[in-house]
Amino acid sequence: MSQTRKKADVVIVGLGWAGSLMAEELTRAGLNVVAIERGAWRDTSTDFPPAVDTDELRWHTRRQLLQPMSVETMTFRNRDGQDAAPVRNWSAFQFGWNVGGAGTHWAGMSWRFSPWDFQVATQTRERYGAARMAGLQLQDWGVTYEDMEPFYDRFERIAGTSGAAGNLAGRIKAEGNVFEGARVRDYPTPPLKDTHWMSKYRQTTAGMGYHPFTVPSANISQAYVNPLDVAMGPCTYCGFCDFHGCGNFSKSSPQACILPVLMRRPNFTLLTETEVLHAVKHRDGKTVTGVKFITKEGVEGFQPADIVCITAYQMDNVRLMLLSQVGQAYDPGTGRGTVGRNYNYQTCSTVTGFFDGEHMNPFIGTGALAVQIDDFNGDNFDHGHLGFIGGAGIMGFSTNGRPIQNMNTLRPGTKRWGSAWKAGYARDYQTASTIFCQGTSMPVREAYLDLDPAYKDRHGQPLLRMTFDWNRNDIDMANYVTERAIDIMKATGAKDLLVDNQTERSWNPYMQHSSHTIGGAVMGADPTTSAVNPWLQSWDAHNLFVVGASAFPNNGGYNPTLTVGALAIRAAQAIHRTYVRNPGPLVRG
Amino acid sequence: MNRRKAIFSLGTLAASWVAVPGLLAKELHKVPSETRMNEDHLPKPAGRQGYRVLTDEIARKNLAAVFDRLIPADEWGPSASEAGCIEFIDNELAGDYGSGAALYLSGPFDPDNEKKMMGGPQFISSPRERYLTGLKALETWARNTWNSSFHTLSDSRIDEFLTNMEAGKIDLGKEIDSRALFELMLQNAREGYLADPIHGGNKNMAGWKMIGFPGARYDYRLYIERRNENLNLVPVSLIPGD
Repeated sequence: MSQTRKKADVVIVGLGWAGSLMAEELTRAGLNVVAIERGAWRDTSTDFPPAVDTDELRWHTRRQLLQPMSVETMTFRNRDGQDAAPVRNWSAFQFGWNVGGAGTHWAGMSWRFSPWDFQVATQTRERYGAARMAGLQLQDWGVTYEDMEPFYDRFERIAGTSGAAGNLAGRIKAEGNVFEGARVRDYPTPPLKDTHWMSKYRQTTAGMGYHPFTVPSANISQAYVNPLDVAMGPCTYCGFCDFHGCGNFSKSSPQACILPVLMRRPNFTLLTETEVLHAVKHRDGKTVTGVKFITKEGVEGFQPADIVCITAYQMDNVRLMLLSQVGQAYDPGTGRGTVGRNYNYQTCSTVTGFFDGEHMNPFIGTGALAVQIDDFNGDNFDHGHLGFIGGAGIMGFSTNGRPIQNMNTLRPGTKRWGSAWKAGYARDYQTASTIFCQGTSMPVREAYLDLDPAYKDRHGQPLLRMTFDWNRNDIDMANYVTERAIDIMKATGAKDLLVDNQTERSWNPYMQHSSHTIGGAVMGADPTTSAVNPWLQSWDAHNLFVVGASAFPNNGGYNPTLTVGALAIRAAQAIHRTYVRNPGPLVRG
Repeated sequence: MNRRKAIFSLGTLAASWVAVPGLLAKELHKVPSETRMNEDHLPKPAGRQGYRVLTDEIARKNLAAVFDRLIPADEWGPSASEAGCIEFIDNELAGDYGSGAALYLSGPFDPDNEKKMMGGPQFISSPRERYLTGLKALETWARNTWNSSFHTLSDSRIDEFLTNMEAGKIDLGKEIDSRALFELMLQNAREGYLADPIHGGNKNMAGWKMIGFPGARYDYRLYIERRNENLNLVPVSLIPGD
């Protein structure tokens, strides 16, 4: 049995942040939009009100808002020639599994990437010479920070982002990030307050001559009404944020910011618990005709559309491109092909210290609550005498005090069981604090995504296969910034430091904590090295747009969501302002 | 707006799930006005109608013997079993966690290669199966080694056993990775001790009192600027009136 639905102007595959932002733009412009989401409808009052949300076991430990591996997982190996194994259990990856996608359970750090991140190839060549790029597969994004600014601004207004400007139209302001790209106006809501640990981190780093500022946050600091007339409430610092929904309407999410308006538009239709299997190519070889899907009950169907927007998580965007056979699959041997190219991750390390007799009250927190310095991020410091490019945001964070999650955050040498563990956890819970280095990641030829030859999902389609390990540049970068974080932690007066530099061991999905996975369908101005053009339009099918962190050719030392959203708004505006009037490639390759 | 118009407009605001006849894609228009909690997101208190997975008394006593050395009764609080961790794990194993509903359990399965790729072992048996097999092996080991049931062994013998198990020095037969079984039991015992009491463990919020975690509170706006202060907040759980 199968069904062919009525044709839509646009079909959107996956209704997370990217899909919701695009659907809002496109329906407001009068287009008829159908969104297809494989997760269920979830909303604040019915699914995660305060009396449900404050349950660590259910949401953080058992991850009940996340997409289970039984629905889809990926296989993994460090390098070509190895047999990849499937990721069977919960790991670093945190994919969405509901209307709202990962935008429902994210932590909320709301960064703009720096101007340098968009032009790493050009900037590195100009400042340090082409030799510094050896071994790296660097390429510019085809957009600049200045191109992105209005779309970052639009997303911040929709999300109500809290923060302080550091560069207001060229005027440098010490309360914000003095290294940021120029912004036309300040954040819509002021920064969050400091916890004890944050104020200690702020004072220490300022005393060392660095430039601390409050991390921009989607856990908003005060009541706010966004440009869509949706009202949000102030964050209560409840400490149940990432992996959880928000019961206060205070964490920006599709539910809290967009869906109340989008769902009421007559030209918007949502299919829930329905999974897109792949896009369907037209006979002309230049376009797609729609998407094939399967319902929860196992009935297959076809949604015809003039325009297809793939807005799933990064991994699924790449997988859907490969399953749809749009574009040439990347071959690391020849370097040819674009789908699967420039896969990368986020290079991270942590330094934890302990403060005798102090009360950190770690349960006071939000997903994005932190003070950061960007003095060692991107190219904000001279790399002339160093053997690598890139850097990391170095933050002192207060994201949570969830007791199960933190039960191994103990002074070095403490046993994990028996009375020694109980005494150790009772001693350390209130006195531990952590510095997190969230670093850039640079692409290399050997890291890529393709379809696994052996393992299948529940519908019998091949799983995505990931071939990845840390590269020399990123290991050298991590070693350097981790030393800076150790210096800071020592200066705060902490004792008994615990250092976890993730690049000290080969990468595997269980050893990491970041879900910031990027690339594989990257954007660029050159069709031989990018899958989509600077408008996120496929070079190989002009009515197919692939939107997400899959488009990042390299990773900035920041969380990806704001850049994903800004790219989504920008692509949607290009569709309704330009593409629908004259369907075809928006740029020539 | 008159009353009739108001009712009409409310009607048009209500969401509709359109079932296309004979075809099954679930269409949603408008925002569902139903404010009742979704069944699958309602808190699910741990069952109190007896054991559902740990039905064998010896196995249950053996697990309690392990849990109570992992978390013994002492000046820091009650033991794991006193805090309800056996009821907790039985409840967990009876549900989606126990059946491995979220896990990818399809083959092919090459344990050695998977261990090499993932930096540790993976399994295609569910946590429920791993517990039941593991507890049987524990009893067999105790009978063979000490000619006694596991739970009758002295604290120091159990501590020695667990220390060796943690180090991967205990052989429980070919089917069982004893170090991984130790990690599974340690993880679950401490989950039971630290999770909200609604899940059956952490009785009287003993685990939270041990470290000073105030539980399911949802608003610290009044406290965030009282920095470095012992706030002495009384913990609260998701169980009404607890």
